[in-house]
Parts: sequence; structure tokens; C-alpha cells
Amino acid sequence: MEIKREVLSAPDDFRSRQLLARDMLRGDLEGEALDRYVEQSVMTTTVGKAVSWAQGNSIYPMTFGLACCAIEMMSIVGARVDIARFGWEAFRASPRQADLLILSGRVSVKMAPVIRRIYDQMLEPRWAISMGACCSSMGVFNNYALVPSDKFMPIDVHVPGCPPRPEALMHGILRLRDKIQGHEPNGWRERYDAVGTEEVIPIADDAGADSAINVFRGGGTAGA
Amino acid sequence: MPDATGLELTAHELRDHNAESILGTDFGRGRAVLLAAPDHVTDVLRQLKASGYTFLASLHGIDYYPEEPRLGVLYELLNMHEVDRITVKVRVHTGDPRLRTATELFPGAEFPEREVYDMFGVVFEGHPDLRRILMPEDFEGFPQRRDFPIGGEPVLFTYNEENSYGKYQ
Amino acid sequence: MALDTADYRRREESITYAAESAGQGETHELLTLNIGPHHPATHGVLRLLATLEGEVVRDIKPIVGYVHTGIEKTAEQKSYWKVIPVVERMDYLSYYFNAMAFCGAVETLLDVEVPPRAQYLRIIHLELNRIMSHLVWLGTSALDLGAISMFWYCFRERETILDLFEMSSGQRMHTRYFQVGGVFEDIPPGFAAKLRTFLAEMPTRADQYADLLEKNQIVLERLRGTCALDEKTLLEIGVTGPLLRAAGNPWDLRKAHPYSSYDHFEFKIPVGTVGDNYDRYRVRHAEIYESVKIISQALDGLPEGPHITPDRKIALPPRHELATSMEALIHHFKLVTEGFRVPEGEAYYPIEGPRGELGCFVRADGSAKPARVHMRDPSFVHLQALEPMVKGAYIADLIATLAMLDPILGGIDR
Repeated sequence: MEIKREVLSAPDDFRSRQLLARDMLRGDLEGEALDRYVEQSVMTTTVGKAVSWAQGNSIYPMTFGLACCAIEMMSIVGARVDIARFGWEAFRASPRQADLLILSGRVSVKMAPVIRRIYDQMLEPRWAISMGACCSSMGVFNNYALVPSDKFMPIDVHVPGCPPRPEALMHGILRLRDKIQGHEPNGWRERYDAVGTEEVIPIADDAGADSAINVFRGGGTAGA
Repeated sequence: MPDATGLELTAHELRDHNAESILGTDFGRGRAVLLAAPDHVTDVLRQLKASGYTFLASLHGIDYYPEEPRLGVLYELLNMHEVDRITVKVRVHTGDPRLRTATELFPGAEFPEREVYDMFGVVFEGHPDLRRILMPEDFEGFPQRRDFPIGGEPVLFTYNEENSYGKYQ
Repeated sequence: MALDTADYRRREESITYAAESAGQGETHELLTLNIGPHHPATHGVLRLLATLEGEVVRDIKPIVGYVHTGIEKTAEQKSYWKVIPVVERMDYLSYYFNAMAFCGAVETLLDVEVPPRAQYLRIIHLELNRIMSHLVWLGTSALDLGAISMFWYCFRERETILDLFEMSSGQRMHTRYFQVGGVFEDIPPGFAAKLRTFLAEMPTRADQYADLLEKNQIVLERLRGTCALDEKTLLEIGVTGPLLRAAGNPWDLRKAHPYSSYDHFEFKIPVGTVGDNYDRYRVRHAEIYESVKIISQALDGLPEGPHITPDRKIALPPRHELATSMEALIHHFKLVTEGFRVPEGEAYYPIEGPRGELGCFVRADGSAKPARVHMRDPSFVHLQALEPMVKGAYIADLIATLAMLDPILGGIDR
């Protein structure tokens, strides 16, 4: 195997940059040289984007553990899946000080108005993650006692799982961070270049539909 | 667990004390059950507590639908010194679901009796604070009765998702 | 039917800004303070209505039901096999214990014998779960008291235990590993070695936790001598588990009425003397060492044999048999679609959970679905002991006592 060695930048490029920096520090750069220097070392952006970037990296989640998912949420604070890597370790108990409500666990009928009141007390901008199957949909328990969280408050990210692994919750949190910082990926549509595809919905009064045995007809579904 | 003869002896003792208190006995799979009359439950529990079953392990309700009388309340008693368990079963009708409270004998029956009231509708007379414990206080209905519907949300498919909550508009 | 609401209930409903006076204490006016359901120091969504005179708690009323999930009613709709994951999610820190109580009750009704290897595997996982539950309790209680760094150390050990659970069953929490008749699968190769490394280091780690907390003046002042409750009151309320053992009564179902081969092992029961918060902490901490002993004895003496009952009417046949045997295929089909039928009867199966006596009551009516499943959860009964414990103590003692009580709201509310 042949090893090819390549010099990526000319050796005197470093020296010239060093001299440029020295001149800048002395205040000797002027005119075009100064413009070029500034362009190379300063990033321009809009205030909104900068603020979103900062917001996304310093969220204060609220300590809101309801049930089993709360234990897995506690383990992302632990050392193995460390949420402090992303700057999100400042869990705040007061809704006035928190930006993010991680609904971890099943939302009971009695608890739903309490959660709504707490969410209302949070200050804008605020986000909500619905962690686990029980608050996203009804989860394991499709019965009289639970309320899916979409029914009473707006949720930004749903994380499936029962309970979701800490890594899964981390993935949901990073998706939320992408959403906050403004570069929200489209997920599988982007990956497979499927933007612009359409979903075919079966026609309601199709003559042959009644005789087909694999067409779903509406009706109550209960737990198996 | 007392064996079958021990159970019969206990039942005889209780009947000696109060003739109409025990309606029957049941023994099977290592479990001794005394079926008590609803009006004399406190007597039976007091007798059993005096004879050593001083610990109330569990108090729970059960709906025997469609057999009448429909609502049952079970008291699981434990004798710690001899490691013996005995069960007292009471059955009441839904038309008149009243029982005397056991909190005077076993103060730890307070929360379980509230739960039986909340879930089945059995009213315990003499209870210091009988109100719903698990459901919201203004909830109507008794959820764990067999004829109470299970409830829940319908599963969403393409044909019914337009009318649901949470559909991204 | 309308019931008279008590005075505090009326105050609870009042949302006006006008101060509702709660009455007069000995020296100061009483104040009703609502703690929860969302509060940094509760173990779950527990709401406490505290009536305070200055800093002293005069009365406390716990209000629960904020995470009520209707698990017992859901269990009536599912076949016995499918009830196991539903029931596991009740007391969400001791999921193996929930499954064990339910499987034990159904096994009593079916009169099926669990093979010895399965019993030993069950004990290994139960004791690992007990250690894990005590670690989470220790971490969160120390967090409540202000000793925040304990949280990370306890959760580090917890991650090792969850790795072991993931090895044996594929899931970290709510593993559905215990089945009626035994366990779902045999332990994989490498599990025993990893478990032995864990057992070798766990006692040292527990010593380190003791070193961190027990010489600390603040922890000692907050826990020593606060909120003691005597054994008689505890027994009247129905308290078992570490709370009762802290008061001096060595009642433990693993020794008193051994189930699932617990009598094959040698272990001690840690017992306290005074029954205050410090004794409750010490009893749970000492139980970690005893659980380590039980697991190492079980691992050393693990017998050979099947990991689930060979009765094909109850347990699924192994996959390779499905290709060759017609009966195996029929059994598999029957079990997966309808499930096994349990003859009529009622059973109450109590076991010793990390919090106390966890009992499962199952009523079978001959069909494939249970007619009633009820879990006697220890935390539900222990919550009644909170009031006699904290009457006359400060709010800070209330928080410490709530931490030492170890309530799990999933079990309380079911």
C-alpha cells in the first residue's frame, strides 16, 4: 500500500497568520487587511439565532417525576448518561424558573389540572417533553384513570418507551435542542429523500372494500 | 395457616359467642376463610384479635358480579406469634352496601376502607373521614365494579385521526 | 351520597385570597400549608396538607391519588400472562417483587410447582432488586436532606445492577422476567461472572456510603432522635418491613414464612432499637449487606434444571420444539391467544418487599382472565403512620421522615 503524504497548508501560512495576529494586537492592521482579518475570525448571525443557540444549550428542566419514567429521568442526571454534558443539569423545582417540563410518567385524571396549572406558570419560551408511552399515548393502561398529555397541553417532543432508556430520552432531548436552535431535521424523510411523497388513503365508499378481508373497518378496540 | 380442623374449631368458638355471626367456612390451597354476616363483622374481628390475630394485613373489596350478594370485603388477618393467617369475608348487596368500620380495632384500616369506598361504594359507618382517596373527590361512579366500563382513549388510525387531539395541523 | 366535609376540606376548596383561619394553637395561630403534589422533596406526587404552628407540625393529612392508574381494573381485562407487565408497574422501584407476588398467587391457584433453579434465579433477581431499591432510596433521601453527592454514587451502583437485569432479560426496568411457573429465560453465560464482580465490590461501596453520611454532624442531627414511633402503634397501623424492624421487631417474611427457597440461605435480619429516623436509615443500609450474602449463596448453590415449569399447559414450550412436535405447537397457540385457564378460587400471596409486606390477592373464576387482582401495597398502609410520626416535629423533620418512610406513590395509588 502506498502512503501518500500531503501538506495541507503551506508552512509559511502559519507564520503569516501569526504576524497578522501580532499586527492586530498592536493595532497596526488597517484597511483591506483589517477587513479580511475580521471576516476570517468573526461569525455573523442574527440575534434570534444566537439567542436560540444559547437557549438550547442551557435549558433548566423542571423536576417533575410522576412515575417509573421519573427513575429513568433521574438516571440521565447520573454519571453514565450525563445531561450535564449538554448544560442541562440545573433542575429547578419552581415552574417560574424552569424552561422545560419533562412529563415523566402516567398522567392521572386527578393530576392533569395540576400539571396544566404548573405549565401555565412557566414563563415563555417554554417547551415540554412527553416522556414514555403513558403520557404520549395511553401506554400500557388504556383505561378510565389516565389522560394523554396532548389533550391538555402542547407537547414538543414525544419520547416512546416504557420506560424509555436514558439514551432514548437523551435522543429526544437532543431533538428538542435541534428544534430550539432552529435546525430541525425532518428525520427519515430527509434521509431517504422522501420529501414530497404522499400518503394514499383508501376511498371510503369503495365497492370492493366490503368484501376485502384485510380492510380495517372502524370499531372499538380494547386491550387484548 | 390453620388446617381444616383448626378452622372449624375457630368457627365453632365464634358461633358459640354469637350464633349468627359466621355464615360458613371455606378451606382450600392453604387458605382459611370465614364467611361472616355483615351485621356482626366487628364482633368476629374483635374475637379473632383477642385470640391472637392482632395484625390486619390487608383489607380489600371485590365485586362478585353476577353472583349475589355482589360486593365482598375481605379482611386478611395475621397472627405474628404463630405465623398464622385467616381471612374474614363479608358480602353485601349493592342496594344497601353498609358495614361497620374496623378502624376502632385496627387503626390501619383507615386508608384501605376509604379505597374500598372509592372503588366499590361500600360505606363504612363510623369511619372518621370517609371520602374518595384515589379518584377525584367529585367523581361519580365506582370504578372497580365489574359493570363500570374500562374507559380509555380510542386507538387512532387514519380513518379517525382527523378528529383527535394532538394532530399536527 | 353526600357526606359532611370536614373543616380542612372546606379550607382546601377555598381559593379566595381571604385568609381562612385554621384556628389557634398553643401560642400562635395555625397555618394550613399545602405541600405538593409537585414539590422538590416528595417521593412522587404526594400531597400533604400540613397544619403548622410556627415551624411545628400540628396535623398532617396526606392526599393521594395523583398517579392512580387503574392497574387493578386493567388487570381484569387481560389474560394472566399479560397481567404480569401491568402489575409490575405498580410499585415501580420493586418491579420483580410485584411480579413475584402475582406469579406466586397464580401458582397457588394453579397448584403448580416452580423448579428449584427457577426459585434460585428468582431469589437472585429479587435481592438485586432489593439492593437497587435501597440504593435509589438512599440517593434520593440524601438528596432531600441536602447531601446531594450521594445521589451520583448510589446511581452508579444502580447502573451496574441494571446492566445485570439487561443481561438476563433485555430490559432495564419492568423486565417481565418472572412468569407463572418460573422465569422467562435462563441466565446467559457471563451473567454469573459479572454478578460476582458486582458482589465483590458492593460491600465496599456500601461502606463508602456509610463513611460519607454517618460521621456528618448535620445528617446525625437531622436523623437521630427525630420522629420515633413505638412498635405497638406501628403494629396497630399495619406497618411491616424496615420501619417495623427499626422499632425493634424482627418480623421478616423471608424468615417467618419462607417462600421460594429462602430457607436454604443464611442471612441475618438487621433490627434497630429506638425506631427513629436514624434507625430506619441504618436498617435499610444494613439490609444491603445481607442481600449481597443471599445472592452469593444463591449463585454458588444454583442447581441445574429447567428454568420454568415443564407443564406445557402453563408455560410456553421451547422454540425448537415447535418445529417437531404438534402438541407443542398447539400448546403454544393456545397459550398465546387465549392463555391458560385458572380454576376457580382466591389466593393471597404475601412476600417481603423492600418496603414491607407486599401481598397479591387474585380471584380466579375459571376463565383465562383474572376476576380480581389486588395488591396490598406496603407504602399505602405506611402512609397512615406519617401522622403519628410527625405530630409535634418541625417541617424539616417532616421532610426527613418522609424520606425515611420510603413511600412509592406508584404503589400507593396503583
